[in-house]
This record gives sequence, C-alpha cells and structure tokens, in this order.
Amino acid sequence: MSARSVDESFLALPLSALTDAALTRAVDLGCEHADIRVERLRTQTISLRDARPEASIDGEDLGLSVRVVHEGTWGFAAGVVLTAAEAVRLAEEAVAVAQVSAAINTDPVELAPEPVYPDAVFVSAYDVDPFEVPDPEKTGLLTDLSEQLLAADGVEHVQTRCMHVKEQKYYADTAGTRTRQQRIRIQPEFTALTVDRATGSFESMRTLAPPVGRGWEYLTGTGWDWRAELAEIPELLREKTKAPSVEAGRHDLVVDPSNLWLTIHESIGHATELDRALGYEAAYAGTSFATVDKLGTLQYGSALMNVTGDRTALHGLSTVGWDDEGVAGQQWDIVKDGVLVGYQVDRNMARLRALGRSNGCAFADSPGHVPVQRMANVSLRPDPDGPSTEALIAGVEHGIYVVGDKSWSIDMQRYNFQFTGQRFYRIEGGRLAGQLRDVAYQATTTDFWGSMSVVGGPDTYVLGGAMNCGKAQPGQVAPVSHGCPVALFEGVNILNTVQEAGR
Amino acid sequence: MTRVKPQELVEQALAASTADDQIAFVVESSGANLRWAANSLTTNGSMRSRQVVVISFVDGGAGMAAGTVTRTGTPDVAELVAASEQAARDAGPAEDAVPLIGDAPDGNGDWDAPAAETSIGVFTDFAPDLGQAFGEARDRDELLFGFAEHRMATTYLGSSTGLRLRHDQPTGRVELNGKSPDFGRSVWAGVGTRDFRDVSVAGLAADVERKMGWSRRRVELPAGRYETLLPPSAVSDLMIYLYWTMEARDADEGRNVFARPGGGNRVGERLAALPLTLCSDPHAPGLEAAPFQVVGASSGSASVFDNGMAAPAVNWIEQGTLTNLIRPRAWALKTTAPATAAVDNLILEDPTATASQEEMLAATDRGLLLTTLWYIREVDPQTLLLTGLTRDGVFLVEGGEVTAAVNNFRFNESPVDLLGRTVQAGRTERTLPREWNDWFTRCAMPPLRVPDFNMSSVSPAS
Repeated sequence: MSARSVDESFLALPLSALTDAALTRAVDLGCEHADIRVERLRTQTISLRDARPEASIDGEDLGLSVRVVHEGTWGFAAGVVLTAAEAVRLAEEAVAVAQVSAAINTDPVELAPEPVYPDAVFVSAYDVDPFEVPDPEKTGLLTDLSEQLLAADGVEHVQTRCMHVKEQKYYADTAGTRTRQQRIRIQPEFTALTVDRATGSFESMRTLAPPVGRGWEYLTGTGWDWRAELAEIPELLREKTKAPSVEAGRHDLVVDPSNLWLTIHESIGHATELDRALGYEAAYAGTSFATVDKLGTLQYGSALMNVTGDRTALHGLSTVGWDDEGVAGQQWDIVKDGVLVGYQVDRNMARLRALGRSNGCAFADSPGHVPVQRMANVSLRPDPDGPSTEALIAGVEHGIYVVGDKSWSIDMQRYNFQFTGQRFYRIEGGRLAGQLRDVAYQATTTDFWGSMSVVGGPDTYVLGGAMNCGKAQPGQVAPVSHGCPVALFEGVNILNTVQEAGR
Repeated sequence: MTRVKPQELVEQALAASTADDQIAFVVESSGANLRWAANSLTTNGSMRSRQVVVISFVDGGAGMAAGTVTRTGTPDVAELVAASEQAARDAGPAEDAVPLIGDAPDGNGDWDAPAAETSIGVFTDFAPDLGQAFGEARDRDELLFGFAEHRMATTYLGSSTGLRLRHDQPTGRVELNGKSPDFGRSVWAGVGTRDFRDVSVAGLAADVERKMGWSRRRVELPAGRYETLLPPSAVSDLMIYLYWTMEARDADEGRNVFARPGGGNRVGERLAALPLTLCSDPHAPGLEAAPFQVVGASSGSASVFDNGMAAPAVNWIEQGTLTNLIRPRAWALKTTAPATAAVDNLILEDPTATASQEEMLAATDRGLLLTTLWYIREVDPQTLLLTGLTRDGVFLVEGGEVTAAVNNFRFNESPVDLLGRTVQAGRTERTLPREWNDWFTRCAMPPLRVPDFNMSSVSPAS
C-alpha cells in the first residue's frame, strides 16, 4: 500500500453526514441492508492529430448513491447533490425502486458475510498525480513524442491520445464498514499511419504500452521506454506494408504478452465471472461455457495453465483495497494445472452459491451506477523455469509470432474467438523471418488453451490491460489488468483477412 | 433537487467569461431501469444527474484555441469558467477553429421551460405486465432475461454569440431474451421507445414464444456462404458501424473505407445495386433527435466550434450512391465541400420496397434467417471488414417456412461490400439495434436479403 493519502478535498466532503442521513433513513424504512457510495471521478483526455491539439477534456463526475435491500429486493438511487436532505431522498427513492421491482423479484437477496472495516484507507501505487502536472507540460511531452514519430520517413499521420483518471471512493454500510480509497490510472497511445494514395491502401501501427495503475511518471521513464518504442515503429510499419499476405491454415503461434493479455481477458476473465455463469448477463454480455456444474472438473486448458484472480497486484487497473461492497482485496486461483477451480464473485452471488466469502469483485464505474460483478486482474502465471521469448521462438520450426492487440471478438458463451494483432512475424527454423500481413487467429477457448505447450518464464511476464471493459445494463466500463508470459500454442487456425473480405 | 436552474447556470457561465468566446451547456438527465434474469429481478436503479460543460475560446495570436471543462452537479461557476479559460490558454491553436455559430437553427425548444424528467414510475404498469410474462414463461418451462430503461436528457446550450438552444431527448428500450432451462435454446426481441406508452410486454413475450417454438427442432450447419435474411435489428448494427466510419477528413486523407484510390473520397460512387437511401433526419417520427450540434470535444467528425450548428436531415447514401460524409465546418472550408453534421438517428430505406420480412421469408427457397448480431469489431479498416457473431436465433428457412434453429456462426463481412451484394430490401420499420443500443437506439431499417453472407466459422454458443 502506498504511503500517500487520499486528497483532503475529497475527505472534506460531508461524508459522515451523508452516511448518517442515508443509512438511518434506510433502516427506518425497514431495509435489511443499506450502503452509500460517494465518488469523485476525475478524467482528462488529451488528443493530438498529427502532433497538433485536437481535444483536451477535463472532466469531473461527483455524486452519491444509495443501495438498499428492502424486503429481499434490491433498490438503488443516485444523485449529484451532496446534502443530507438529498441522501435521505435517495434512501427513500431506493426503497421506492425496490417496491416497484418487487413485482418481478423471486429470489430474496442475501449477502455473504464479510468482516467490518470501520476505518479503512487505500491509495494505489503512483509517484506523480497527473492532475497536479500543468497541462502545458503534459501536452508538450505528448507533442514532442508525436513529432518524433511524425518526422520519420513514411509516417504520414500520427494519432495520439492520453487518458488519465483519478478515482476517489467512499463506501459505508449498515454493518459499519467505512472505506476511503484513491486510485490513479493512465493510458497513453500513439498510432502511426502510412498511406499509399495511388493504390488507396493504408496501414497503421500502435504502441504496445499497456494502460497501468501508475501516475504521470509512466510517460517520463518509469515502467516504459516510450522514445525507444517510438523510434522503432516507422521501420516496423514500413516492413509491415511490404510484408507478404499470410497463408491461411493451421500454424503454431508464439503469442507475446502484448497480445495474449486480451485473449486471457476475453476467454478466461469473462468466462469465469460467476454472474455470467449464473445467467445474470445472459441478455447482454452473455453467459459462459464454464458453468458451475463444471467447477473442479472442467479441463480448461493444458496442465501448464495456471490462472489467478487478483485484486492486489501492484499497478493493476483492477487493484483495490476494498471493493464496492466493502470486501477486502484478495488473490485466488481460477484455473489450476489446467482445471477450472474458481470464479469471480460478489457478496450476493457468494451467498447464493454457498461459496462462503466474496472475493471482492463488485465495482461500479461511477457514482450513478449500481455495483455489479466486475473482473479482478486475471493473470496467467509464468512457468518458474520457462524460457525467454528468444529461447521459445528458437524451439519453433515453422510458426507465427504475434505481437500487440488490435481487433477482438468472442461469442456470448466465450467459445469462438477471433483476434488480430499489431504485428505478425513468420518463424522459420527457430528465427523470425520477417512480418506477415492480413492475419487473424480464430479458435475455441478450450481448444486454444489446450494447445498451449510452452509457457514462458518470469522474465517474459508483462502486465497488460484495458481501461474500458464493457458490461452490464446500463452499460458500465471497468479498468482491468492481465499479466502473462509469452506462450506457444500449437496448430491454431489462421485466417487471411483479405480472403475473408472476399477479395 | 437543485436550487440553481440549468438556464441560470448557463447564463452565469457566459457572464463570467473573460475569453474571446464561450459555449456553455447543461444536460439535466434522469433515468430509471429494471434488469432481470431467469424470471427474476437482478438490478435496478433510478438516477438523476446534471452535467455542466464550459468551452472557452482564446485567441493566442497564432490562432484560436479551445478548452473544455466539464463537471457534474452544481459546480462553482467562476471556478469552472476560470479552469476552462486556463485550459484554452494552455492549448495550442485549434485546427478546427472557425467563427462560432450565431444564428439559431430551426426546431429549437422552449429555453425557459424546466427540464423534462422521468422516474421509476414509468414502469408502474410495465413491471406487473413483466411479472405476468415471467409467470407465463415459467408455465412453459422457459426463462426470461432482459432489460428496460428510460432516460430523459434536457440540454440547454448558450453561447457568447447569442445562441440559447434547448432540446429534450427521451430514450427508452426494452430487450427480452427467452431461454430454455438448459440455455440450449435462446431467442430475442427488442424495441426502442420514447415514453413506454407504445411498449407491449405481451407483444414482446409473444414474439419470444413464437421464436422459442421455432427453436424446438435444431440442425447443425457448417461454415460457408449462405443466402441470408438480415432482420432490421441486424441491419442497424451493421449500418451504424458504417455511419460511425463516415468521416470526410479520414476519407480525404486516404485512411478509411471511403477513401478513393488516387486521392479524394468516394462521394459520387455507387455503393449499392438497389436504390437504397441511408439518411438521418432529426424530425423523423418516433426517432426525433437534436436538430443542432452539441459537442464537448473535437474530433475528425465533430468540432466544438460547431456547437449550435443546424443538423438537418441529410442523405448519406441516395439511390445507392454515396452522397455525403460527416464534415465539420473547418474541414468543409478547407476542402470546399458542404459541412454536414451527424444526427442521432439512422434510416435505411428502399423506396421501391413493399415486402414485409414475413413475405421475404415466404419467398425464400432455402436460406438463413438471423435474429441479431453481436460483438462486432473492425478487422480491416481499408475494406471496413467487420467480424462478429450471430446470436439468439439463426433459423433455417426451407420452402418459405422456418423449419429449424441452426447453430450460431462467426461472420466476417464489410457493410460497404454488403450493400453492393444485397439483392432485396423489405419495408423499413423502426428497430432496436442489439449491440449498439447503449449508444444508438433511434433506427429504422428494412430486412435485407444477401445471397452469400460469409459465415466464417461455427460458434458453439447458444
């Protein structure tokens, strides 16, 4: 835990008064449980187009919400006026929502027990609060880096975007828990484009740096070498435009962590959310093939596969001290030696399935949204004795090395997926033999993970992630990280996207 | 709930401005929702919010710069304006700088009237009807899943050039998903609505029941190219993606599907063999949307300098030919082309079409009837190749009748290419997009017949 503290300006909000007003009123109205969340979400997104300012938006979303369980039914109400009177009104409205909803509720809500944390504080690990850095300094660095890329031969356009977020949350419930948290995250991206006007073709390449739970120091040398990566992109982009089109068929794939994190997210992260397995997301995000009857028996992948859920990972986007139901952050097994052994759950689901304690996966993306079960940092563990990337590639006679994520899609039970990447390299005789174009890989989740025959060592492990994982209705976005090493998958189906387009 | 009226907040912000120009807008919003799974409630909510946005414009000598600051609630106006002006002074000259709009567009609402609101009361009749549908589904040994939401947003936009514009935007949707207890059969029905008065739970439930009946017999089909009837919902999800890609600047710079080899864009090129028109119209009955631009951040397809610009009806494709792309005023001036603003609705129509979806189905010897598409993502921007999956009902049509449910598929298709290969369009009707309805609900689309839809692989998901 960081030695930093939650900003005084947030702590100075009338948190106790709001809590007393809302929870007292909820109890008076007969609620079995009530909680209040006060949240301030600062966001800033700076966009440059060809190294010139396109947009800079500085946003702040400040509000509160009250959630109740009234006669076994959920009720939720949210507003933006931070007064005791409004907190009381929200408690009353949440009860009214529960009363209207009772007409369609047949499963009484019960919450799994959790210890009470009467005075809990968590601040994520970062050095420099990006909201304390002057805008000209931020824009200046982004412009400088963009110009470096734009000045290179063959780079006709550069898109630059940097988003940073400061999330401050206060949570209190009728059991007595009171948590105060502050988290910072950042996502810089640079994309170079080359255009061949004569043929009408164009190609792009984006930086591989993942979004992380760090501060502005991420762009000034801590955790990523931006100048080194930007220096390499123009030549890589030139090579990509001249690369031969891939031959569709079965190929061995060496998947870099910069690509594999997203495959993990889609085919493991979402598939092991218990709300999906129970059908709560059935009409929207979907269900899961990894149903509860298969817990402990489903062969998810090869015996080399070990996956954990983790709300405590350093710099993880989903790392918290306590979730939005007051449950402490934890780490646990999801897949062990290739077998499904765990789910991601919240308190209601934990109780419903007699799982004991929740593992802390409730999250709401704003003060205006109800907490739902969201993803922990779900990560593939490296092989302690696994090879380096070079050594792994050296062991492949013919194959393809996949770097960086691009397009992604998976079906609503998390079987059939199709992914592309930033770069694909042909592997011949254990060496990289130039880039390939028009590549997509398509597989079924258990086939794919079952084909994993080598897992890279700890030195290859990288924490990737996404800032905007979508789920729930109304739609919410959640930040989540996924760590993984490089890995080898045998005999994966490769598509040629030009052929898929019928050209 | 708040003491300061939104109109007063706008006026206070404009009065506090020391910048060369300012746009201020307030969005008052309220919403209510119900969500259910397996014939029972899962989550719900009632929300109110206020978003206050101030955009300051400052001429730093090298050109006009803009700074946007947005806050919820009732912020300190002086602080907000100062932050916005500082952001503008800190920003470099904006490429999209043009003089602000001064003339109010047609269709402007009553500035002085209070914001429109919705509440959980919108479901007072709906919830018991839904409860009854749950009971009937339970009696058939079926499960219902879904979501209902109603939102109301009132926007008040003012400018230092004298604009005072107001718009009320109601948005509602209902999705009903039916499943067998083993989840092996799954079907969907959905509608968009402005006020829920036109929503019939019984009608949606009947649609679900009919499709569940179709699903009793199941056949497995391999990947391949199939004659396919795309219902309006599936068509809307594909056309919305195409619409989101219609940025003139990207096309002119050679970097989207509407770029022409050799330079320039494809405006004037025939894209569809049929006389299809793809248009947006803020006054389309039942699909009404803001008739003016409200922009919080500039991009290639919208500009903060265009706030308040009229967003009239526009044909993007007319008689099968690409006629317009989305073009902010600054890019329009640079390319001597007309400025066009995106509207928050989309309509595809073949004016010669008369057939209903049922009539198209009856005229199908052998083909697939889809229900919805899902997880649509761009594979290749040059061709606008999209991938995604069928969902909640792929039906085999033989001899003009649905004879079985078929496994799901992953598709790889470009909506631009698809327009060129479509051989029949049916009558246009209001529809709810499945995938994009978080962002886009106001659509009217026809069913389309495509002779060779590319089902790239089988999806085992049901």
